[in-house]
Amino acid sequence: MSMLARLVPMPLHSFMLLIVWLMINASLSVGHILLGTLLGIIIPLLCAPLKVPQPSIKKPLKVVSYVLLVIKDIIVANIEVAKLVLGPMNKINPGFIAVPLDLKDNFPITVLASTVTMTPGTVSAEVTKDKAWLYVHVLNMPLDEQELVDVIKQRYESRIKEIFAC
Amino acid sequence: MSFTVELIISVLLVIGSVFVLIGSIGLLRLQDLYVRLHAPTKATTVGLGSILVASMIYMTFVQGFFSINELLITLFLVITAPVTAHILAKAAMHNKVKALERTKNMDLMRTAREQLPPEKNQDVK
Amino acid sequence: MLDIAIIFVAISLCIALVLNLWRLLVGPHIVDRILALDTMYINSIALILLHGMYNRTSLYFEAALLIAMLGFVSSVAFAKYLLRGDIIE
Repeated sequence: MSMLARLVPMPLHSFMLLIVWLMINASLSVGHILLGTLLGIIIPLLCAPLKVPQPSIKKPLKVVSYVLLVIKDIIVANIEVAKLVLGPMNKINPGFIAVPLDLKDNFPITVLASTVTMTPGTVSAEVTKDKAWLYVHVLNMPLDEQELVDVIKQRYESRIKEIFAC
Repeated sequence: MSFTVELIISVLLVIGSVFVLIGSIGLLRLQDLYVRLHAPTKATTVGLGSILVASMIYMTFVQGFFSINELLITLFLVITAPVTAHILAKAAMHNKVKALERTKNMDLMRTAREQLPPEKNQDVK
Repeated sequence: MLDIAIIFVAISLCIALVLNLWRLLVGPHIVDRILALDTMYINSIALILLHGMYNRTSLYFEAALLIAMLGFVSSVAFAKYLLRGDIIE
C-alpha cells in the first residue's frame, strides 16, 4: 500500500491528467490510454516536491450543486452587466466593499475570489496579508452595503466551507 | 445535418457573438478602469463559451463522433479569466489608478494597496 | 442558414476586435492596454474557431488552445511586472 502511495502521490491529479490527455487527442484507443497513464504517473512524481499542502475536498457531491449554482449566477450576471453596459453611464454607481473571511487556507479563498469575480457585478480586487478580508469592487452599489456582504457570505462562502469542511 | 441542429448552432453562435460584442462595447464605453474590468471578464467569457458549445455540436455532426476537446478551452477560460481580472485590479490599485469621483468607499483603496485590513471608522462608512 | 450566421458572427467579432484596438490605442493607463490586449486574445480565439467551422475542420483547435494559454500567461506576466515596479513585493 505504501509502495502504491509512493508511486502515485496525487491520485486525483493523475486521473485528471489522463482525462485531459484523452480529451486533447479526442480518442479512446489503447495506445492513448497507456500513454496518458504513463504521463499521469510521471508528471506527479516530478511535481510532488513542489506541492503545498491544501485542504482536500471532503464532500464531492456538494461540488456539483455548487458548480450548477455558479453557472446559473454567471448567466444572470451577464444579462445584468449587458443591461448596464448598454444603458446610460450616469446610472452606474461603483464602489468598494471589504468582506470579512471565515476561510483560512489559500485554496478555498482562491475558489471564493474566482466565484466572486464571475458572479453578478463584483470583481475581487485584493486579499489582505493576514487572509482575513477580501476587498471587492462592485459595479452597481445597492443602497445597503451590508446586504451585499451577507449575500457573498451566505450564498458562496458557507457552501465552500461545507465542501472543504473547515 | 437537419434544420433543427442548424437552428440551434446558429442561435448559439449569434448569442455568443452578441455577448462578445457587448464586452467590447463595455470596454470602450465604461468610464473608469475598475468599472471597465467587469465587462470583458464576464461578457466575453460567456460569449466565447457559447461559441465553443456551438462549435462542439457542429464538429460532432460533421465528424460523426462526439467532439469534446472544445470543452477544454471553455474550462481553461473559466478558470483563468477571474485570475486575470483579479491580478489586473491588484496592479491598478498598486499603481494608484484613479477611480470615478462617485465611487463609494474610495478610502478602502488606501488600505487595500498596503494589503492591510480596513480601519474601524472606514468600515462604518 | 449556418453560412449566413457564421458570416454575421465573423463580422461582429471583427467589430469587437476593432473596438478593443481602439481601447488599446487610447487607453489612459497601461493597465487599460493590458486589459484590451487580453480581450483581443479571447476574441481571436473565437475568430479562429469560427474559421475552423467555416472550413469544416477541427484542425485549428490546437492553435486556439495555444492562444488561450499564451494569452493568459502573458497577461499575468505584464500585470506582475507592473506590480514589481511599484512598492509592493
